Amino acid sequence: MTVSGSGVGRDGVYGERPGREAPGGQGARTGRRRGRKGEQLMVPEAEFGSYYGRPVINAPTWAPLDIAGYFFLGGLAGAGSVLAAGAQETGRPVMARAMKVSSMAAISASAAALVHDLGRPERFANMLRVLRPTSPMSVGSWLLSVYGPAAGAAAVLDATGKLPRVGRAATAAAALLGPAVAAYTAVLAADTAVPAWHEAHRELPFVFTGSAAAAASGMALAVSPTAENGPAVAGAVLGTVLESAAVRRMEQRLGMVAEPYREGTGGRLMRAAKGLGVAGAAGAALFGHRSRAAAVVSGAALLAGSACTRFGVFHAGVASAKDPKYTVVPQRERLRAREQERQRAAAAAEPGA
Amino acid sequence: MSSLIGRNLLAGAEPDPAGDAGYGDHPPRMGFFTDTSVCIGCKACEVACKEWNAVPEDGLELTGMSYDNTQGLSADTWRHVAFVEQTRPLPAAPDHSGVDVFALAAGEPDGSAAGARDSHSAAPQAQQGADLTVVPSPDGRTELRWLMSSDVCKHCTHAACLDVCPTGALFRTEFGTVVVQEDVCNGCGYCVPACPYGVIDQRPSDGRVFKCTLCYDRLGDGMEPACAKACPTDSIQFGPLEELRERAAGRVAQLQAAGESGARLYGEDPDDGVGGDGAFFLLLDEPEVYGLPPDPVVTTRDLPSMWRHAALAAGGLLGGLAAAFAVFGTDRKG
Repeated sequence: MTVSGSGVGRDGVYGERPGREAPGGQGARTGRRRGRKGEQLMVPEAEFGSYYGRPVINAPTWAPLDIAGYFFLGGLAGAGSVLAAGAQETGRPVMARAMKVSSMAAISASAAALVHDLGRPERFANMLRVLRPTSPMSVGSWLLSVYGPAAGAAAVLDATGKLPRVGRAATAAAALLGPAVAAYTAVLAADTAVPAWHEAHRELPFVFTGSAAAAASGMALAVSPTAENGPAVAGAVLGTVLESAAVRRMEQRLGMVAEPYREGTGGRLMRAAKGLGVAGAAGAALFGHRSRAAAVVSGAALLAGSACTRFGVFHAGVASAKDPKYTVVPQRERLRAREQERQRAAAAAEPGA
Repeated sequence: MSSLIGRNLLAGAEPDPAGDAGYGDHPPRMGFFTDTSVCIGCKACEVACKEWNAVPEDGLELTGMSYDNTQGLSADTWRHVAFVEQTRPLPAAPDHSGVDVFALAAGEPDGSAAGARDSHSAAPQAQQGADLTVVPSPDGRTELRWLMSSDVCKHCTHAACLDVCPTGALFRTEFGTVVVQEDVCNGCGYCVPACPYGVIDQRPSDGRVFKCTLCYDRLGDGMEPACAKACPTDSIQFGPLEELRERAAGRVAQLQAAGESGARLYGEDPDDGVGGDGAFFLLLDEPEVYGLPPDPVVTTRDLPSMWRHAALAAGGLLGGLAAAFAVFGTDRKG
């Protein structure tokens, strides 16, 4: 509370006051206390003001299963297309076909989830009414409208054996667009006012692509013969390492805004994601070449870990939007830093100082 | 993207949002100046808005937190009167005893101003001696100050809701305001978490999003918005933004001269994180006390950085997996 400088006197406004339990009509106090239904705010020490503890921004209205599910499936499909093309080019036909089918299924399910989440599903075609570079959802819709048919054609033409040249072109196109499909969803989340997403906009794309690589590698491990799964093992380790490093860096940089990634539903999911990812990658690296069963189990763990990451990020974002602390405190800090910077500049400019 | 930044289309001061949206010859940018120092919390604005725009009922809850049972802006509440009860001592209550309200009502502009100013300059000194840190509690009651503020969509210069809308349902009007086209919106909900003020919201029964239109239909006919029309104290003032900014600067100076040190403008600065608000406020306390973010930033300011990082991550994914295949080479098992 620095704007006019007299912090001590102003703190009294927000300070503890007796008589909070006074019956209705006395009204509630403003400040840190949550007035609704007589609850006390659980985080008493953070020094910030709010309007009866109500959130400043609106949390996403998206259904977790639809949107976090879409983040997961989009990553699985996108990275899967890269694996499919790689497998095809290096003579791993079983993996190639399986990953093409997996990507087609995943992208179809994610398109269905996106349409299902619309308030007016019958108007889904309006997504292609304009192309707006400032809207990651618009960019993503156009991306999906090209990637989806390519991934579908790659799978169908491989399965039927028809038009091999077109099939190869579709496989290549899907492999080139797939990483974009896996990465853009991070921008989709970050391009909001949700503190845990927006503030993480530098790391989130790496969290998402790492998670996507782990998921697709997990799928490849689960569906390929052990003789073919070498690159999938490498992909699983690579993806898991990238994701863990990006999450770690994100949590370090975010400061208090990282709390929702450690606490509550988001925290539980992020911990589960890490455990499953590390276990899956280690299992794949140690036993993936030798045992088909171990490869399947490791692959399933990697898939589950990736899903946990996406749901964890989703829930952490929602939690950070619902608590005004994560909106107000960082903004106050920003103002304070700016004010100090201004004073320092003024002091430096003053000759006598 | 860099040309967008150079022209301040994503963030920063942008003097002519309507012109940048493609309107060649357009009226001046219109907006609201909500002077909360004269708001009496009557909620006529809420009612007028609902009536004019046929906004449905938004719940009949009793919150128990204050006289505010509306709680906040939503798809079904486009004006919301915040009601803050504070136990802080008043720094120096402006003494209006020298104001001749009848003279004011009769339209004599300066009739009372001089007298009022005189009493203002005397009052703070008189009260300075008293211990301002002690909260008086007549009859054990301590709620000393009521802050009322009519909140509304800010019609940002850089409107995140508009920037992220994938259908083009949200658009910039010739008045520089931001409006949803209800026949285009498909309810994707992206604008909801994008708004740094928590204004726009989805109506669950309908699926689409709704918010203040600054009475676009009335503006087209040269009428002022319903809330401003209904406001009995002129707390809600409507007009060309430039004019409102001048008026607000004068008003905040007047209040500060009268000893109301907490008086400040919120959202009027074209250099702030959203490029200035089309609807800005005069507040008597920190913005967060009213439920407003202290330093809002349009999320798309960082979009170029987001796309860069995503491109790097996508390239890394492609390169990393390609490398995995390169290392293991062609499968020779047969």
